[in-house]
Amino acid sequence: MELNHTEFKRCDVVSIQGRVDSATAPKLAEKLNDITRASRFRIVLDLAGMDFISSAGLRVLIGTQKACKRYNRGEVVLSAVPPTIMASLELAGFTPLFKIFEDKTAAVGNF
Amino acid sequence: MPTMEFPGRYDSLEKIAELVQQAAQELGLDSCAAYAVETAVDEACSNIIEHAYGGEDKGNIELTYSIEGNELLITLRDNGKRFNPKRVSPPNLNAPLKNRQAHGLGLFFMRQWMDEIRFERVKGYNVLTMVKRKGHTT
Repeated sequence: MELNHTEFKRCDVVSIQGRVDSATAPKLAEKLNDITRASRFRIVLDLAGMDFISSAGLRVLIGTQKACKRYNRGEVVLSAVPPTIMASLELAGFTPLFKIFEDKTAAVGNF
Repeated sequence: MPTMEFPGRYDSLEKIAELVQQAAQELGLDSCAAYAVETAVDEACSNIIEHAYGGEDKGNIELTYSIEGNELLITLRDNGKRFNPKRVSPPNLNAPLKNRQAHGLGLFFMRQWMDEIRFERVKGYNVLTMVKRKGHTT
């Protein structure tokens, strides 16, 4: 898994590439915790390069969404979700919990 | 009927996924079905490491697969703690965000995305058999 983090004025964009499984989910959690610890709660997760996500990765997504939405201070949104990843999100019942955008630019424009 | 043994560590998951992709390709599963099998096996192996062994480097995971007709059969074997799937409560998929627990999702994925799934305890081993049929939509 590779992570690329770009800090914009109004939000943070994290591009996730490769596999998010039990081996790599802790690294993703650490990155997202670093962002929220810096009091930044508007996060775009760009999934264009994501190959795989397991429930360990989904747990990180839900934990970060809870932290960001607390006190209405922000939210996590997703962009460029590949069809297989979308199938996992749908099966897990996650699609009502995240706004999903076609691409990164549209997602950043949300904030 | 290829059998491979992997150390019970999370960094084995990627190598296990490669073997599963190869098996799915041998049967000619489409990319969605192959992804479903990859997910089910990943979740099963993560559960073995986390729950049956109680952590990494406590034992091995043996994976065997075979293709019979239009079916891919995958068997996973470990000698960790006995696993009772009835003790895993199903996830609540409609709970509001603040009450959402993402536990129990792994077993739910396995049940939803495989055509058959069977847990057995054989001579001190947990034996999990999962079947995916070609052309069978889930």
